[in-house]
Amino acid sequence: MMNKCVASLPAAVSGIRDGAVILIGGFGNAGIPVELIDALIDQGAKDLTAVTNNAGSGRTDIAKLLATGRVRKIVCSYPRSAGSVVFEELYGAGKIELELVPQGTLSERMRAAGAGIGGFFTPTAAGTKLAEGKEVRRINGRDYVLEAPLKGDVALIKAETADRWGNLTFRLAARNFAPTMAMAASLTVVQARKIVDLGAIAPEHVVTPGVFVDRIVEVSNPAPAGRA
Amino acid sequence: MAAKPLSRDAIARRVALDVPDGAYVNLGIGLPTQVANYVPADREVVYHSENGILGMGPAPAAGKEDPDLINAGKQPVTLLTGASIFHHTDAFAMIRGGHIDLALLGAMQVGANGDLANWATGDEKFPPAVGGAMDLAAGAAGVWVLMEHNAKDGTPKILERCTYPLTAEGVVDRIYTNLAVIDVTNDGLLVREMVTGLEFEELQGKTGARLRLANDWRPIPA
Repeated sequence: MMNKCVASLPAAVSGIRDGAVILIGGFGNAGIPVELIDALIDQGAKDLTAVTNNAGSGRTDIAKLLATGRVRKIVCSYPRSAGSVVFEELYGAGKIELELVPQGTLSERMRAAGAGIGGFFTPTAAGTKLAEGKEVRRINGRDYVLEAPLKGDVALIKAETADRWGNLTFRLAARNFAPTMAMAASLTVVQARKIVDLGAIAPEHVVTPGVFVDRIVEVSNPAPAGRA
Repeated sequence: MAAKPLSRDAIARRVALDVPDGAYVNLGIGLPTQVANYVPADREVVYHSENGILGMGPAPAAGKEDPDLINAGKQPVTLLTGASIFHHTDAFAMIRGGHIDLALLGAMQVGANGDLANWATGDEKFPPAVGGAMDLAAGAAGVWVLMEHNAKDGTPKILERCTYPLTAEGVVDRIYTNLAVIDVTNDGLLVREMVTGLEFEELQGKTGARLRLANDWRPIPA
């Protein structure tokens, strides 16, 4: 029998190693897996690389993880948001490395990792500072930049509903990076607001098929992200 | 008669007149967001948000905000009837794949060659942030810039070549400022419209690149 549901948040994040690359879903405060991040903080893994669109705001969730000093490097498109005080302090003090990646390239690099693609040429960033040191190829009269896949050891994402096979749906625009991150990590951990019976999600309404999911934990009343 | 520069609202209102019926449009953060308020009611325009929304509607009434429904600037929005939700990789496939007809973007500088600088000043004190700016600039089928003609200290923002780090090379099609509407052409910058009362020489004096005045130029409609 296949059952990807686990009983607790500690069980959901168990085994995450020091040095791991952690993909964290969310855009702004929508779709941030707050409880999984808290569980990761409690679990204690360090020397992490966090891949996430924003660098957290306020003092909770991503900002709280950064404040532990256990994130060595962040891969991010827009770290400087209203309230991204923790990141700015760490960055200003030289205590965190930043790899800045255009948002679409960030997402496509993870898709490539999940889809078994060895890299891709994109017009994004051609002729800019963010293409420095990268191979540029002229294709049909236009410059394209070679970008590498970005694979996670772990993905932490938030879903609306999940079944025990790992089929997922998401709520509104909280979906954002989650389906791509689910594909791109060796271990995909999901916090779902509700775990439903197998078959309760109509097959054609499944957004992320269970093959991309490894562990599910129910968090029925998730806290909002980005609190002070 | 002294020339009166357009207010920011008036720039947005002017741009809205040119957004075609049936267009898929991405609105950048800030001034471009206001364009949606002025698109004529007889046009059906579908707004795209990089975080996975097509058919984005206006801001919700107070108390009706949903934290899972935000735009690229992280402000609460609504969905129109017929809207769709998708994941980030698809949102950017729409952008990069040329499926979005128009990106309306703010800018720090625009070059006479269509180069766009809108993500960094090169000041190393601040951590850099780029978001979707480079993807939109490189990928949207059309790129229109909305901005003040000059920086707060009067420095021209339209230059022969940008001095700030580029967002993308040669992508800007049209510039709407508080003084003029300017097309970026293969022969350089062509002034289509100026605010009433502004002399071409005065506009040229406020611009860091050579301008030409279109034969059929007209005052910006009030």
